[in-house]
Amino acid sequence: MSEAKLEFLERSRQFWNPGKTQDWQDFGVDLVIDRRERYHLYDMDGQRLIDVHLNGGTYNLGHRHPELVEVLKAGTNRFDMGNHHFPALARTALAESLALCSPNPAMRYTIYGSGGGEAIDIAIKTARHAVQKRKIVSIVKAYHGHTGLAVKTGDDRFSKLFLSEDTNDEFVQVPFNDLDAMEDALKKRDVAAVIMETIPATYGFPMPNEGYLPSVKALCERYDVLYIADEVQTGLMRTGEMWGITRYGVKPDIMVTGKGISGGMYPIACVLVSEEHGGWLKKDGFGHISTMGGAELGCVVAMKVLEIVQRPQIRTMVRYISDYIRDGLEQIMDIYPDFFIGIRQHGVVMGLEFNHEQGAKPVMKHLYNNGVWAIFSTLDPRVLQFKPGLLMTQEDCEDLLRRVEIAIGLAEAEVMGRYRKAGR
Amino acid sequence: MVGASGTRPGISTGGASQPVQKAGRLEPEIRNLIDISGSQPSMQALAELYLDRARWASQVFLRYDRDAVMRIVDAVAETAHQHALKYAEWAVEESGFGVVAHKKIKNELTAHPLVAAYADVDFVSPRIDRANKIVEIPRPAGVIFALVPSTNPISTVNFKIILAMLTRNAIVLSPHPAVKDCCIDAVTTLAAAAEAAGAPPACIQVVDTPKIPLIEEFMKSAKTNVVLATGGTAMVRAAYSSSNPAIGVGPGNAPVYVDPSADFKKAAHYIVESKSFDNSVLCTNESVLITVRDCHDAVESELKKEGAHICSDEETAMLRNFLFHAQGFNIEAIGQDAIWIAEKAGIKVSTKTKILVAPITKIGIEEPLSKEKLCPVLALHVTSSPLQAVASARAVLRLAGAGHSAAIHASDERMIFQFSSQVECYRCVVNAPCSQGAAGFGTGLAPTFTIGTGYFGRSSVGENVGPQHLVNYTRIAWNSSHDEPFGNFEGIHQSLDGPLPEAPSDGVPGKSFSTGSRSSSRDAIQGGDLNHAELRRLIAEELRLALRGDKS
Repeated sequence: MSEAKLEFLERSRQFWNPGKTQDWQDFGVDLVIDRRERYHLYDMDGQRLIDVHLNGGTYNLGHRHPELVEVLKAGTNRFDMGNHHFPALARTALAESLALCSPNPAMRYTIYGSGGGEAIDIAIKTARHAVQKRKIVSIVKAYHGHTGLAVKTGDDRFSKLFLSEDTNDEFVQVPFNDLDAMEDALKKRDVAAVIMETIPATYGFPMPNEGYLPSVKALCERYDVLYIADEVQTGLMRTGEMWGITRYGVKPDIMVTGKGISGGMYPIACVLVSEEHGGWLKKDGFGHISTMGGAELGCVVAMKVLEIVQRPQIRTMVRYISDYIRDGLEQIMDIYPDFFIGIRQHGVVMGLEFNHEQGAKPVMKHLYNNGVWAIFSTLDPRVLQFKPGLLMTQEDCEDLLRRVEIAIGLAEAEVMGRYRKAGR
Repeated sequence: MVGASGTRPGISTGGASQPVQKAGRLEPEIRNLIDISGSQPSMQALAELYLDRARWASQVFLRYDRDAVMRIVDAVAETAHQHALKYAEWAVEESGFGVVAHKKIKNELTAHPLVAAYADVDFVSPRIDRANKIVEIPRPAGVIFALVPSTNPISTVNFKIILAMLTRNAIVLSPHPAVKDCCIDAVTTLAAAAEAAGAPPACIQVVDTPKIPLIEEFMKSAKTNVVLATGGTAMVRAAYSSSNPAIGVGPGNAPVYVDPSADFKKAAHYIVESKSFDNSVLCTNESVLITVRDCHDAVESELKKEGAHICSDEETAMLRNFLFHAQGFNIEAIGQDAIWIAEKAGIKVSTKTKILVAPITKIGIEEPLSKEKLCPVLALHVTSSPLQAVASARAVLRLAGAGHSAAIHASDERMIFQFSSQVECYRCVVNAPCSQGAAGFGTGLAPTFTIGTGYFGRSSVGENVGPQHLVNYTRIAWNSSHDEPFGNFEGIHQSLDGPLPEAPSDGVPGKSFSTGSRSSSRDAIQGGDLNHAELRRLIAEELRLALRGDKS
C-alpha cells in the first residue's frame, strides 16, 4: 500500500467513518476507489478491478456510461434539481416513461424519492393510506433500506442499533419461500401490504421457489393486501426482462425502483402506483414532500437509462453474459466441488454459494487481490453477490472468469486448510 | 432463454434511439427534453452496442463445427433464394435503380451458386500439411463491419452475409440510405433464418440509422476487426483511413476491346447484354468500347443489330450534357434504362433500344464520357491499331477504375495476353459479358460483389473478395529437421461444443436449475461421447466422494 493511501485511510477514519474504514481493512480489502470507467474501477494505488458488485445494480450500465454523462452534462444547460412543489417538465416526462413500461398496466403515477429507502417509505405510506391499515409484512432477512419505515421491514441489525426497531407489532416478518407463514400473517386481514424484493439481494439471492411469488400475490388478493415489489436490484433488464417480477408472472400493486435507475450519475428513486392505490395524491398531493426527490437532472438521466435498457439489443447481451458466465462458473464449480457448491441465477443476478458459513468473505478478498470486485451477502456470508452489468464485453467476462477461478482456488485453500487443521 | 415469455431476444435490427414505446402522448417533445442523439458519445455508445453483441456472437461462433456452419449457410442461401424477387422489386422501387428481373438474377446468384462455389472449401477445420510439417488452424476475423451500396443492395447483403457465415464471423451491415428499408428487411430476414438454423444470436446485424457520423464510429472502433467497404470512393477511402484493417475496393471504369480477331457478332451480343444487365449498375460494366479502324464498321453494325443506338456527334453532346454536371455524374441517371436516358437527353431512339453508344475521340479528363457511367451508355473510341488500343485502355483506367476490370473480345491469344498484361486491371474477361463475368458469373472467377482493385486501385486485395479474406490462420510450424518427426493431428480439433447452454432462470417455471433446461441441453450437444466437461464432472464427483470419506 502506498504512503498516500495509508495517509488517506487515516483521514477517512478520522473524518468519515472509522468503523467502516477499519472493517474493510480487516476483511483484507484496502480499496479506495479513484478513477472508474465502464465496468472497471481503479484503486487509488492504480490496481484495476472488474466490478461485479455494481452497488446492487446502480452501475448496471457501467460506470460513467458515456451517454449518461453526456445527457447529464447537456441537462445542466437547462435544468437543476427543480422546485419540488410545482409541476415539472422532466419529472412528468419520466413518470410517463415509467408508466409506459411498468409491470402492471394499471400503474400510472410515479412518486419520487432521492434514494431507495425514501421510496420504500413512500410505498409503505401509500399502501397504508390506500388500505387504511398499518401492518406491513416482509421477509426474514429482507433488505429495503435504512429510512424510518424501510429499516423496520429488514433485519434488526440495522434498526436495533438506533433503537428504531418496530415496537408496535406493525412490522411482521415471515421466512422466504414459506407460503404457510405468509398466509398466517395475512389471514387476520389486518395487513396493509406485503413488501418483497423479487430476489432478496442482501440475503444472497435465494431464488423464489416456482410459483412462490404468484402465490403470495394470490394471498394478497384473497386477504385484501397490497403487493409492493421492491425491484431495486432485479429491475431494469437484469433478469432479461424490464422488471424481474414480470418473469414470475406477478403484477404488483406498487413498485419501487432505485439504484440503477439513477445510472449511478444522479440520485433518484421512484415509486409506481395505480390511480386506485395512489389516492393520497388526489386527497393531499403535498402529503409527501421531498426537496431532492425527483430532482429534474435525475429525471433526465433516468429517462436515458430507461431508453438504453429497453433497446432490443440489450436482451441479447443479457442472454450472452448470463449463459457464458454460467457455463464458466460451472466449469469452476467442477474444479472446486467441495467449496463452491451452488449458483443461484436469474439473468445477470447471481449468488455464488460456498460451503462455509463465512465462505464468501475470503473469496471476496482473493477476488479483490486478483482484480475483481464482488461483495459478500451481508445477511448470508456464505453467498457472494455476483452481479455482472448489462453491457459487459466478452473480453471482460472471459477475464473475469479466469480471475474468479484463481480466487476461488485460493479461498478454498485458505478455508479448507483451516478446516483440516481444526479437524485434527 | 433469458427473456422468456415468448420474447426471444431480438435478432438484429434494434432501433437504438427509438423511444420507450409508441406512446402517442406528449411525443416526442417531452421525452426528448434533452436530446443527445446526435452527440459523439451517443454515436459511440450505439456503435458499441452493435459491436459488443457482434463480438459475443463471433466468440460463440468459434464453438461451431463445419457441419453446423454449413447448415446455417444453406439456410441463409435458401432464404435469400426464396426472397430474390421480393427484394429485387423492393430495391428497384426504393432506389429507383436497375431492372427487377436482373436484380432477381443477382440475388439468386448470391444465394446457392455462391455457396456452391465454396462447397469444397472448408474454412472451419484445421488443415494438415504433412510435407511442410505445418497445421493451419482457421482463426476468423471476428467482427466485420460491411457497407452496402445502393447499386447492388440485396446481392451485396446476401454475398457479405454468406461470406461471414462461411467463415464463422459476426457481421454488422450498414446499408446506403437510399436502400435502407429493403436492406434492413432483408438482413433481418436472413438473420432470422440463420438463427433458426442455430447461428449465434446477433451474428448478423443491420444498422437501422445509417448516418455518416455513426458509420465513422463503426469504422474507427477498436471493436471492429475488418471493414468490408463497397461503395463510393469517399466511403472506401474513409474505411482505409479508419485505422482498422479494411478491404475496400475502388470504382470501376472497364475498357472493353474488340480486336480484329474477334467474332464481332458474338462480341456485340455480349457487350449489349452486359451493358443492359440491371441497367449497368454493376461496377464491372463496360464503360468504354475500344476498337480499331479496320473493324469499326463491322462492330457498329453488329451492335445495332443487338439493340444499340449509335449516337451522332450532336446526340453525343446532348448525352454528355445530360449525364455529366459540373459536380460529376448525374445520379438521376444511375441504373435507368436506355430509352429513359435518351428521352431525358433529348435523343430520339427506337423503342427496342437497349444501350446508347456514344462515339468519342478523346480519352481523359477532357472527355467526361470516358469516365465511369453506371447506366447503359457506352462510349466508343476508335484507334489506329491494336497497340494504340492497349494504350487507350490504359488511359481509360488511368482516368478512373484502376485495378478493376477490363474485357477483350478476340481469338488471338497473344493479343489477349498483351492486353491483359499491360492494362492495369486485375481481371480481364475474355469473350463474355464483363458486368457478370468479372464478378465471377459465367467465368471461372470467384463469384463476388466486392471486386478487389489491389495496388493499382489503392486496395488491399487484388482478387475477387471471398471468404478466404475473412480468415487468418494460426500455423503450427514444426521443426523441419528429420530428428523431429511431425505429430499426428488427424482427428484433433478445437472443442466445438456449439451454442452456449442456456443459463437457468431460477424460480421461473420450467426455467429453473432444478427443472433443468440446462443439463439436458448440455447432454444433447455431445451425443454419445464423453466430452471434456462430462469427464471433469465425473472426476469431480469422485473427488467429492473421496473427500467426504476423508473428513468423516
